Amino acid sequence: MTTKLFGEPVQRREDERLITGRGRYLDDLGANALAAAFVRSPHAHARIREIDVSGALDVEGLVAIYTWEDLPGLLAEPLPLLIPHPALTHGRTGHALARDVVRHVGEPVVMVVAADRYLAEDACALIEVDYEILKPVVGVEEAAQAVNLVHEDVPGNIGAHLVQEVPSASGQSAREAIEAAPHTLAFRLDIERSASMPLEGKGVYARWDSDDQSLRVYSSTQTSTSVRMAIAAKLGLPLPKVEVIAPDVGGGFGVKIVHPWPEEVLVPWAARQLGREIKWTEDRREHFISSSHERAQVHYVRVGFDDAGRVLGLDVNILHDHGAYTPYGIIVPIITSTQLVGPYKLGAYRVEFSSIYTNTVQVTPYRGAGRPQAVFCMERTMDRIAAHLGLDRTEVRAANFIQPDEFPFDQGMTFQDGRPLIYDSGDYPESLRMLKEIIGWDSFPAMKAEAAAEGRIIGIGIGCYVEGTGVGPYEGGHVQITSDGRVHVSTGLTSQGQGHETVFAQIAATELGVPIEKVSVVTGDTRRFGYAVGTFASRAAVMSGNAIALACRKVREKALRVAADALEADPRDLEITDGVVHVAGAPSASIPLATVAVLSNPLRYSFDQETQRATQFASPAPADRPPVAEGEEPGMEGKDYYSPVRSTFASGMHAAIVETDPLTAEIRILRYAVVHDCGKLINPMIVEGQIHGGVGQGVGGALYEKMVYDEHGQLLNASFMDFLMPYATEVPRIETAHLETPSPLNPLGVKGAGEAGVIPVSAVIAAAIEDAEGITIDKMPISPPELWELRRSR
Amino acid sequence: MKPPPFDYHRPASLGEALDALAEAGGHGKVLAGGQSLIPLLNMRLAAPGHLVDINRLTELDTIAADASGVRVGALARHAAVERSASAKAAQPLLAQALRLVAHPVIRNRGTVVGSLVHADPSAEMPAVLALLGGSVRLARRGAEREVAATDFFVGPLESALLPGELAVSAFFPALPGRSGTAFCEVARRHGDYAMAGVAAAVTLDEDFRIAAAKVACVSVGPVPVVVDVSQVCGTRPVASVDWDAVAGAVQDTIEPEDDIHATAEYRRHLTGVLVTRALREAAHDAAQDAARAAGEGQA
Repeated sequence: MTTKLFGEPVQRREDERLITGRGRYLDDLGANALAAAFVRSPHAHARIREIDVSGALDVEGLVAIYTWEDLPGLLAEPLPLLIPHPALTHGRTGHALARDVVRHVGEPVVMVVAADRYLAEDACALIEVDYEILKPVVGVEEAAQAVNLVHEDVPGNIGAHLVQEVPSASGQSAREAIEAAPHTLAFRLDIERSASMPLEGKGVYARWDSDDQSLRVYSSTQTSTSVRMAIAAKLGLPLPKVEVIAPDVGGGFGVKIVHPWPEEVLVPWAARQLGREIKWTEDRREHFISSSHERAQVHYVRVGFDDAGRVLGLDVNILHDHGAYTPYGIIVPIITSTQLVGPYKLGAYRVEFSSIYTNTVQVTPYRGAGRPQAVFCMERTMDRIAAHLGLDRTEVRAANFIQPDEFPFDQGMTFQDGRPLIYDSGDYPESLRMLKEIIGWDSFPAMKAEAAAEGRIIGIGIGCYVEGTGVGPYEGGHVQITSDGRVHVSTGLTSQGQGHETVFAQIAATELGVPIEKVSVVTGDTRRFGYAVGTFASRAAVMSGNAIALACRKVREKALRVAADALEADPRDLEITDGVVHVAGAPSASIPLATVAVLSNPLRYSFDQETQRATQFASPAPADRPPVAEGEEPGMEGKDYYSPVRSTFASGMHAAIVETDPLTAEIRILRYAVVHDCGKLINPMIVEGQIHGGVGQGVGGALYEKMVYDEHGQLLNASFMDFLMPYATEVPRIETAHLETPSPLNPLGVKGAGEAGVIPVSAVIAAAIEDAEGITIDKMPISPPELWELRRSR
Repeated sequence: MKPPPFDYHRPASLGEALDALAEAGGHGKVLAGGQSLIPLLNMRLAAPGHLVDINRLTELDTIAADASGVRVGALARHAAVERSASAKAAQPLLAQALRLVAHPVIRNRGTVVGSLVHADPSAEMPAVLALLGGSVRLARRGAEREVAATDFFVGPLESALLPGELAVSAFFPALPGRSGTAFCEVARRHGDYAMAGVAAAVTLDEDFRIAAAKVACVSVGPVPVVVDVSQVCGTRPVASVDWDAVAGAVQDTIEPEDDIHATAEYRRHLTGVLVTRALREAAHDAAQDAARAAGEGQA
C-alpha cells in the first residue's frame, strides 16, 4: 500500500454511497417535519393590494400562514446585499416575503406551514392575492431604454455602472489606440440566459430545541458557515446557539452560494415560532422562477489591430441583465470585464458595463460566472481579426499570447477579489501546440474538403481562456488523529459532489503518511468547523486543500515530537509510513501513530488497554515538567488556515469539429478536445470528471438552453420538458490532455478546476459552426431552426 | 408540485373499473403508465376527482398479433410492444416508431393505448394509428364501441373518449404484401417530442412501381396529419418519383405553428425533408419485402 497519493487517479470514495441511493440529501431528512410551501407571484410586476387567506383556513392539517406583516424585526427588512461595491450605486434586494411590490414571477408572497406538502399546496391554492398589475420590464435593451422602471427609485433601471481602463505601454487609451490602428472592426455579441439547474433544488430543514434554546438547520447550500451567521443575525440568536449543516448536496453550480434565501430564514424562524420541525424542499418549477439565472449579456465590441493580428486597442461595452435584484452584487459583470482579456497581452483595453434591472429572476453566478460571455467576446474577436486579415485563427491568437517568461503578468485591473489582476503562471503557446496536435488543426482543411466532396458540411473552432480561481479570503482545515489511529479531517466549506472526500483524504494521507482508508473527511458542518467562506469560484482544492495540508504538517510535526520522545530519537530522523512512525533506516525502532495519539493526551482515566499507557502511573514522567508542556495542547490535532494574497490563474484551450446537416440544419459535435492547466493535479481523474461535466453544461449553453420570457415577463419554459438540458446523448466524447504549470502562490502548487470545462464552449461551437457554414455567428445559443433561418437570410 | 386531492380507485377487474368510471362521471381519469397524467396532476393542470388505477387489470396487458394486424391491450407497455417479435412481424412500423418514443425508462412504464388517448399531436403512436387506419376500442359499463383513428383524434390532447369510457385496446392493421414502412423525425434532443416527424407506408406493384404511398405527420397540426401521396408519386419506380412535388403536396396540407422550439416555417421545411426521407426508406423496405416474397415464392 502506498501513502503517496497526491497526484494519483484515486477512485472517488463518495461514489459508492451516492450512486447506490445511500446519499442523505435534504429531503431525505426530517421525515416527520411539517412542510412549508409558498404562494408566489404570478405576475412579473405588480403591487399587492390585499391578501385574503380566509379560504385556506379550513384546510385540514393547516398549521400557520405568514405574510410580510407577520415578520418581526430584521426579518422584515430587505435580504442582505452580500457583496457591496462602490459602483453598485443602486443595489436592491427583495424581502423574505414580498412587502408591497413583486418584481418577478415567482417572488414569494405568503408562506404556508401544514402537516405535509400536499396539504400546504392545497392551502396555497386557496389563498387569494389581489394585485394591481404594473408595467413589466423585460429584455436588457428594452430595460436600458427605461420607459418603465423595475424599482421606482432606480433611474434608468441602472443598478451599477463601472468603467475600467488599461492604457497601452505608451500611455495611449484604448479608444485612441483603436483610432490609430491600421485595422478596426466593430460588432455586437449576444448571450442568452441559462441557469445552474442542480438536480437537487434548494431545501431547508430546521429544528428548534426549546430546552436548549438552540437551532439546528440543514440547508442544501454552498456555504453553511455564512448561512449560520445570516440566520443568527436575522433571528437575533447568539451564534453559538445556531448550527448549520450541509448534508449531501445534489449539485450547486453557483445558485446555492447565494444566501440567505428567503426560505433559509423563514423556515428556521417558523420552526422556532411554532416549536416544530419544519422542512421546505424546492420543486423544479420553484427553482426555475424563484432562484437565480445567469449569462444574459449584450456586448458592443470595437477592436483595432495591426497586420499580424495583434490587438492594439479593445473597447467593450456590456449591458448586463441583472434581473430584479442584486443580492450577489456585481460579481458576474466584473468577472466578464476582467477575464475577457484571457491569455492575451492587449495593447490597451477599456471595458464598461451597465448592470440593468429587469422584471425577471435575479442574476447571480452560475458555473463559469461571467466567463463564458467574456470568452465568447474575446474569442469571437480573435476569429473576426483572422477572417479580416486572412490569417489562420491560431496564428492570431499566438501573436497575442502572454509568453511563459512574462509571468507574473499584471493585467492592470482589479479582479473580483478586490485584488490586482496578476496572472501567477501559465504556458499558453505550449497549450495551443498540444491542442492543435490533438484535434489535428493543420490537417483539417484536407478533412473538410474530403467531407465536402461527400456533400457533408464540417467546421472547426477553437477557444482559449484564463480563469482566476481560488479566491480568498481564506479557508481552514482541522486534522485530528485519534487513539485508534484514525485521521479525522474537517473543513468548513461544503461539498456538492466535487469529490472532496477523496481529494482532501489524498492530501491528508500524503502529508501524514497514513493509508487513505484511515482518513475521513467532513465538510460543511459548523459543529465541526466554524470558520469558512464557501464552495464557489473553483476554490475548494486551492483553499481548503492547502489549509488541510498546512494543518496536517502541524500534526505531523507534533507526532514526530511525541514519537521522538517515546523512541528516544531525534525527530529529524523520523519518517511516517503506513501510519507508523519509525527511525529512517531502522524500521524496528517504530511506534504506530495510534500510540503516538494516546501519548499526546495525558490521561487521569483509562477506558481501555490502549489508553492505559497515557495514565499517570503508567510510566515515570519527569517530576519537574507539567504533563502538558508549555505551548503544547493535549491531543494529536492541528488546525491551520490558508489565506492567499490573490487568486491563482488556471487556463485552458478547447477545440471542436462540428457537422451541420445540409437539409435540416441539425448540429452535431464530431470531436471535442481539451487542453487544461490547473497547476499540480491532486487527482487527474477528478479533474477530468470536472471537465466532462463542465463541457456538458457548456454544450447546453451553446446549443440547447435558454430562458424564454414573453413580453409579460412570464417564463414560458419553466420545466425540464421545455428547458433543454443536454442528455448524455447530446454530449460528445471529450478528449482531454493536462498541462501542469504549478502555481507559485500556494504550498501545493494547485489551481482551481471546477468551472473550467464550461467556460469556452459557446465560443468554440460558434467558431466551428461559423467555419462550417461561412455564416457569422454572433449570438448563442444556436438551434437548428435558428441556423436554418441564418442560412435563408444569407 | 403535488397533486390536489382525489379519490383513488384500484379495481381488480374490468367490470369494477367501468363501474368506478361510470360513477365518477365527468370527474374520472384513468391511470395506466402515468407518464403524462402524473406530471399534469403534479403541476395541478389536471384535477380529476377520481383516479381509476387500471394497473391491476392484467387482462388488459395483452399483445395479440396475426396476419390482419396487432391488437394492443390498454396495459401493454411501450417497451413490451417494441420488443414483441410477433407485433414486429405483423406491423414493423410499431417498433420503428416506438424506439423514438421518449427514453427507455419512460417506455418501460408508459402504455401505447395511454399515448393514443392522450392524443398529443407531437407523439408518435397517434400518427402510426392514423397512418395505418387503425382503431381504438372503448368500453363503458354495459357497452363497447370501436372508433376509427380518423374519428378518434379530435384535437390537441383531445380524443373521442367520453366520460365513463375506458380505452381497452387499439388495433394496428397489417399492410398488404410488398409494403414497407418508416418513421423519421427530428427532435431537439434525443427522445424529445419531434419538431417534425413523418411516418410513411409504401406498397409496390408487381413491377416494383409505387402502388400506394401515404404519410402521417406529427407536430404540424392539431391531430396527426395523414396525406395520401399515391397520386403525386404516380405509378413509377422509386428512382423516378418527383420527390420535391411529393414533399410540396404534404407541405401544402399541414398547418404547423410557431412555438418556443421551432418556427412554423422550419417545421414545414423539415416536414418536406422528412417526407422524402421516410418515403424513400419505406419504399426501400417494401422492395426488400417484395424481393423476399418473390424468393419465398420461388422456393
